[in-house]
Amino acid sequence: MEVKLKNITKRFPGRGRKEERETVAVKDLSFDVPDGTLVGLLGPSGCGKTTTLNLICGLENPTDGRIFFGEEDVTDLPPELRGVGMVFQNYALYPHLTVLQNILFPLENLKGKNRLSKKEMNDRAMEAARLVQIEGLLERKPKELSGGQQQRVAIARALVKMPRVLLLDEPLSNLDARLRLQTREEICKIQKKTGITTLFVTHDQEEAMSISDRIVVMRDGVLMQEGKPQQVYDDPVNLFVAKFLGTPPINVFEAEVKDEVLYFSEQPVLEVKNVKDQPVWAGVRPEGFVPGKDGPVICELDRVEVLGRDISVVCRHAACQAENVRAIINSEHELESGLGKVSFSLKPEKVFLFGRGDEERIPFGASCVSDSGN
Amino acid sequence: MNQNSNRAWLYLLPSVLLLVVFLIYPLIDVFIYSAEEGYNFASQTHSGVGTYNYSYVLHDPYFLQALKNTFILVIITVPVSTGIALLISAMLSSIRPLRQLYQTVYFLPYVTNTLAVGLVFMVLFQKTEYTDGLVNLMLQWFGGETVDFIDGPYWAKMFVLCFYTIWVVMPFKILVLTSALASVNPDYYRAARVDGTPKLRIFTKITLPMIAPMIVYLVITGFIGAFKAYSDAVALFGTDLNAAGMNTIVGYVYDMLYGDSGGYPSYASAAAIILFVIVLTITCINLLVSKRQLEN
Repeated sequence: MEVKLKNITKRFPGRGRKEERETVAVKDLSFDVPDGTLVGLLGPSGCGKTTTLNLICGLENPTDGRIFFGEEDVTDLPPELRGVGMVFQNYALYPHLTVLQNILFPLENLKGKNRLSKKEMNDRAMEAARLVQIEGLLERKPKELSGGQQQRVAIARALVKMPRVLLLDEPLSNLDARLRLQTREEICKIQKKTGITTLFVTHDQEEAMSISDRIVVMRDGVLMQEGKPQQVYDDPVNLFVAKFLGTPPINVFEAEVKDEVLYFSEQPVLEVKNVKDQPVWAGVRPEGFVPGKDGPVICELDRVEVLGRDISVVCRHAACQAENVRAIINSEHELESGLGKVSFSLKPEKVFLFGRGDEERIPFGASCVSDSGN
Repeated sequence: MNQNSNRAWLYLLPSVLLLVVFLIYPLIDVFIYSAEEGYNFASQTHSGVGTYNYSYVLHDPYFLQALKNTFILVIITVPVSTGIALLISAMLSSIRPLRQLYQTVYFLPYVTNTLAVGLVFMVLFQKTEYTDGLVNLMLQWFGGETVDFIDGPYWAKMFVLCFYTIWVVMPFKILVLTSALASVNPDYYRAARVDGTPKLRIFTKITLPMIAPMIVYLVITGFIGAFKAYSDAVALFGTDLNAAGMNTIVGYVYDMLYGDSGGYPSYASAAAIILFVIVLTITCINLLVSKRQLEN
């Protein structure tokens, strides 16, 4: 089921005292979740992602704008009539009920023509339990389960109603690091198996990039960019998106363009065509550095971390905004460093320019012809 | 290890000492008193040891009246007050505007003097030469007959006593239950809403089990409190409770010790031990039942 958000705005009124003004949690937000895809809603804490999820779910009503499931306008429908399944950040499993009772709970609410017999309910619950592989835990109470198992029970409870859309709020944030990797693959697998349109919220860009078919990046309630993970990574629309995606993060340099040449601290480093003379922010992805004796970017070497397949070079550069410049280079490269200096040349497709004021992307040379379509 | 436990005992000593002096020793002493037959207050001697005091108390019509009154009071006030408190707290937690005001209003009786409340109840219910009382006036409006609630038939007096007790114990229960309700994670309600759970089912299937431990606590303390009722009856019917037929077990114990017909510490002790056994039994049953319920 395709989910469409059209110009959604959500304002929360100021509470009580006059100086507390209303907050705009989501502002004029429009994006589509194509049918049968897994979409990650990504942004820093407090950017309105969970509010967006609640709006789609029906727990909150938008101040403005419409929400469509396929052709159907669901904006004014209560959650149970929208056909959504929701997995909460803390799972919200009822602690006094067993796993099976938890999974049966939504089915027991069905009334009228949707009412199910005991046997049908049990069959549905078993099917959902099998899907997330918790058949052996049905008689246990939630507190007797590990975090990962609770997560699966929560997913089973959301899926047992056969919802049209599955919503997950920070599904991995309560798990430890190892379980997180395993569970995110599990979620991806379950989504592919059921083909259910799934939207999940996360503040962890790696999580979003790794399993999503598409990602939606938000900031302060406003949509920044939307697209396939690789496409957003390779073609960020502004400095925020560029900085938010990628580990290690992008290196940002204070730079200047003069006569179609990019300067780092008065040092020409790259030819940039079709760019007016102006001060800019230059973002260079860690993999955008190529070591070479005659490279124009000369850094002071701090340390080298060997990661096996790659090496990570930590060094300093006067123009860099962060304390360190981090470059990831293939370990086949010979790293030549004389007198504690190391020099790099830059891959133009890994360098992005942003305006100093608005921090919007400034296209240049080759990368301005790269397609930004879907 | 041994040294550790010695130290633990040392830390516990002050409270253990207080418990022994003020609880355990009196309990044993009361038990001894209750077994001493023919105790003479003046010479502090007794003629033998046996169960006569118990048999006397259990055959005393005043004690049986007090026992009956106490049981009726317990059986009516505990469930009714807990139920109404639950209803009021559920309503209090579902309203937004003026919630604080309502909470304060409902809590006011808790900080009001019991005897003052008794006086107000007298004004409301008592029939005097000058007035029939406010409640009787209202009864008349609805075409009912006037009843003397303070000096009249037994059921009327019992009704007032129960009404009064419920009114007095309510604020504490509301306080405990509203905070219990507030402590339920709202995500459970949100999850239930996503599944389209009807309001009543949310209350019975989610809210009630979540706050069950608090309800159990209120029921047990409610039982114990109601079994120990005395001041409520005095506030309404004065100190001569036997004459009013509204005595309670604690009242009987008091009368046996210090009342006009008093001076019998043996009978008082026997009655006190009987009360102790009743409360202990009921509390144990309560705990067993609730433990099984909470486990399921």
